[in-house]
Amino acid sequence: MNPGSALAAAAHHPGFLSPTGVEITFVLVGLATLGAALLTVTTRQLVHAALWLVVALGGLAVEYLLLTAEFIAWVQVLIYVGSVVVLLLFGLMLTRAPIGRSPDADSGNRWVAVAVAGAAAVTLVWVVVDAFRSTWIDVHGAVQGTSHATGTSLFRHWVLPFEALSVLLLAALVGAIVLSRRDDGGKETQ
Amino acid sequence: MTLTALAALVPLLPFLGAAAGLLLGRTAPGFVRPLAVLPTAASLALAAIVAARQGTGAPTDAAHRLAGTGSVPIDLALHLDGFSVLIAVLVGLVATCVQVYSLSYLRDDPRYPSYAALVSLFTAAMLLVVYTGDLMVLLVGWEIMGICSYFLVGHYWETETARSASLKAFLVTKLGDVPFLIGVFALATDAGTFRINGILAAAAEGRLHHPTVIALLLLAGVAGKSAQFPLHTWLPDAMAGPTPVSALIHAATMVAAGIYLVARLLPVFTASTAALAVLAVMAAVTMIGSGLAALAQDDIKRVLAYSTIGQLGYMAGALAVADRDAAVFHLLSHAAFKALLFLGAGVVIHASGTNSLTAMSRMGGMGRRIPDALWTMGLGLAALAALPPLSGFFSKESVLRAAEHASAGHTAHVPAAVGWTVLVAGLVTAILTGAYATRLFLLAFRGSGPEVPDHGRQPVAMTTVLWVLAVPTVAFGGLAYSKLPDWFGGAAGGSLGPVLVTSVLGTGLAVVGVLAAYGAWQGTAAIRAANPIGAVVAEPADAEPALVEAEAIAVHEEVYGDVAAAEDRGDPGRLLLGPLHRPAAHGFHLDALYGTLFVRPVLAAASLVRFLDSQVVETYVSGAGGTPKLIGAAVRKAQTGNVQTYLGALLAGAVVLAVLVAVGA
Amino acid sequence: MHLAYPAVLAALLFCVGVYGVLARRNAILVLMSVELMLNAVNLNLVAFDVWLRDALHSGQALTLFTITIAAAEIGLGLAIVLLVHRNRGSSDIDRLTALADPAGPGGDGPAHPGPGAAQDGPGTAAGDEKAEATA
Repeated sequence: MNPGSALAAAAHHPGFLSPTGVEITFVLVGLATLGAALLTVTTRQLVHAALWLVVALGGLAVEYLLLTAEFIAWVQVLIYVGSVVVLLLFGLMLTRAPIGRSPDADSGNRWVAVAVAGAAAVTLVWVVVDAFRSTWIDVHGAVQGTSHATGTSLFRHWVLPFEALSVLLLAALVGAIVLSRRDDGGKETQ
Repeated sequence: MTLTALAALVPLLPFLGAAAGLLLGRTAPGFVRPLAVLPTAASLALAAIVAARQGTGAPTDAAHRLAGTGSVPIDLALHLDGFSVLIAVLVGLVATCVQVYSLSYLRDDPRYPSYAALVSLFTAAMLLVVYTGDLMVLLVGWEIMGICSYFLVGHYWETETARSASLKAFLVTKLGDVPFLIGVFALATDAGTFRINGILAAAAEGRLHHPTVIALLLLAGVAGKSAQFPLHTWLPDAMAGPTPVSALIHAATMVAAGIYLVARLLPVFTASTAALAVLAVMAAVTMIGSGLAALAQDDIKRVLAYSTIGQLGYMAGALAVADRDAAVFHLLSHAAFKALLFLGAGVVIHASGTNSLTAMSRMGGMGRRIPDALWTMGLGLAALAALPPLSGFFSKESVLRAAEHASAGHTAHVPAAVGWTVLVAGLVTAILTGAYATRLFLLAFRGSGPEVPDHGRQPVAMTTVLWVLAVPTVAFGGLAYSKLPDWFGGAAGGSLGPVLVTSVLGTGLAVVGVLAAYGAWQGTAAIRAANPIGAVVAEPADAEPALVEAEAIAVHEEVYGDVAAAEDRGDPGRLLLGPLHRPAAHGFHLDALYGTLFVRPVLAAASLVRFLDSQVVETYVSGAGGTPKLIGAAVRKAQTGNVQTYLGALLAGAVVLAVLVAVGA
Repeated sequence: MHLAYPAVLAALLFCVGVYGVLARRNAILVLMSVELMLNAVNLNLVAFDVWLRDALHSGQALTLFTITIAAAEIGLGLAIVLLVHRNRGSSDIDRLTALADPAGPGGDGPAHPGPGAAQDGPGTAAGDEKAEATA
């Protein structure tokens, strides 16, 4: 190997301590997402939790974009932010969630939850960092996540699961309607 | 038919009658009465024929091997000699009389079929005991008699008295039967055979190595069955059974079985001087104690019960001086007059409506009301008191004569002291016997006071039987005493006739007793006239006598405060006994002693066991359940129903596993 | 881009979601936390797909599937929460303790909560009014 190609190879794999712009953006957006997620699970105001969830999910959409998975990013915004959060807000409204601060938004399991989540976090982060110490994603190559690429692979290689998924959606739709139907006479009592 | 075949039929017929009666009792009640009387009467006839054919000849033996058993074989053996055939005739006679008497006595009883069947079964068992030549078969008959006695004494089982009396009879005789069984086994082991002939041969040849132990063990059974001290306490209480039962079982047959056994096995007993001494002491204590107790009893049947105990003591005394002829002679004549007395007592109880002498002594006109009972019981009581020329005189005289013979040292194997014990006790008892016999007669038949209420004419069946039994009471002794020794094989006793010294002494003492009682009776007449006591059962005149008797027994304790005695200052017995009256009335408190010695420790042990079981063992058991309960409660605390708790536990476990895998890898 | 950044972010988001699932009282907040966890998984899938340059694009396809299933799930989940709220008057997870084992001897299995608003629940404060405070 001549030193020129070695240098090129070295330049191709940037060092750990010299982050690229993508990495910086990723980190900053990641921090915002994490903060929003933390607020979602700790805030006392139930509706605010839903709104912070919107921020978190939006942040994730940006991360997808940075990872060149643009189709996923737009799907995320459409489905998650668009319908899931709206459904959650409807749910909060229909179950008469209190507007404003509610003092008992957290159950008694809080400390156990902290311990478990903390231990899980430590373990996972440690394991992940240890495993992928010297792995880099090439975000400058051919874009993986275009609509063209995604659609081609979906309808060529993943068409059966796709169809099964549509059946699942139908089942979920029917199920949701049946479950929440209000039967007059009889079904309300145990 | 051969002699053996006839003899085999004698116990078989009543047994078949009993089986048929038990089976047919409910379905064909019309057959019950013939089935009660006819087999027993047929058996009596056959026994008489067997006796006539056996006569004074050599004993007849017949045997059929029942079981080899590996060591000592058991045979179904028949042994006919003068003793067994005569006793069999007696048993047949008394049993027939009792069955006929019961026809009227228990005429309306709902349990009559089973009663009659049990009496037949009892008769069959006694005849088996008498005829058999094998100890094991004898034991079978012995035990069958025991269980029939339990059922029959408990005939009025609706009353507490009868229930406890039957249990007591059964348990006390069983207490004697256990050493008896061991003794039989020891005897058979020593002699190598259960056959009585073989055992007697072994005893004669001196092959018995432990005669004292064996004899004492056998004596335990005899004491239980024949109601000798200290196992006599069941007999007075067994008077809670119907009167015919008392006549059959407790006068003539079952209690005689023990005496009969000792008589048959006498060489075994004479081989041990200690056993004879023990027997003599037992007999002496029994005779005197029962005589005193009989003077204090209020229930007419209890007087006769204690009298039976005392007369059995006479027979035991005769056996203690090794004179079995005298013992069996007395057994035969006693059976006749005692059965007569019991059956007569049944008539008296029916006619007066009470079994209490106290109450009877306040009633006038009893003699006019029941003349048959008056005369026959008078004869029976005179025979009991051994007044000549009745049979009791001759038989008791033979006993006293044998005792005198032994006391002079003329009897082989028997020490003189034994003879003196029996003689002195016998003479003292003669006084007591005369006294209580007279007391009974005077209080029952010569009471003065208001006319006894009419309980109807006495049934013909009952009165006829009394006269039938009066015949041997009067005639047996005088006619038989010279012929019997031939029948009995002419053993060491020789003649059974009266001897001047002892007959004068015995009769004189008896007359002394009679006069003393008469004097006391006259002396207390004024007290009796001044204190009317007594309760009478009020039943319609055509009620069956058994019903009257059952009620009389049941109410005695309530009315007089005691099942045995009444607080009657007009009782001549009280005057005669003086300070001994109170203990004598309660059987010298032997029952209370047994209660303290045996019953209370057993009850205490039982309550200790119950305590241990419920407090100690239960604690372990519930403790064993306690630990799982605690663990369960602890585990149950984890089931809060809160989904987040469950999830938290799940995820914590998953994290731990992941850490372990990561660290392990 | 170093692979650690998306991976660590996914891990941290997942743990935040775990905390939320275990700690929040309202059922809908729990559902929100579940959404967070699912999104963390999606991020992981996308990052690895891009790193591996998978020919089948399986990571991104599975991400799409996960998003769809999440949507179906949230629909059904909310229907259930609505039913629970309708039957028991509140959607507190703490109150859904019908499968608890009552302590003490002779406990008679799971208690049956009555219809309507009345509810027993060990360990909850009498907070019917607190959770239902209206504006």
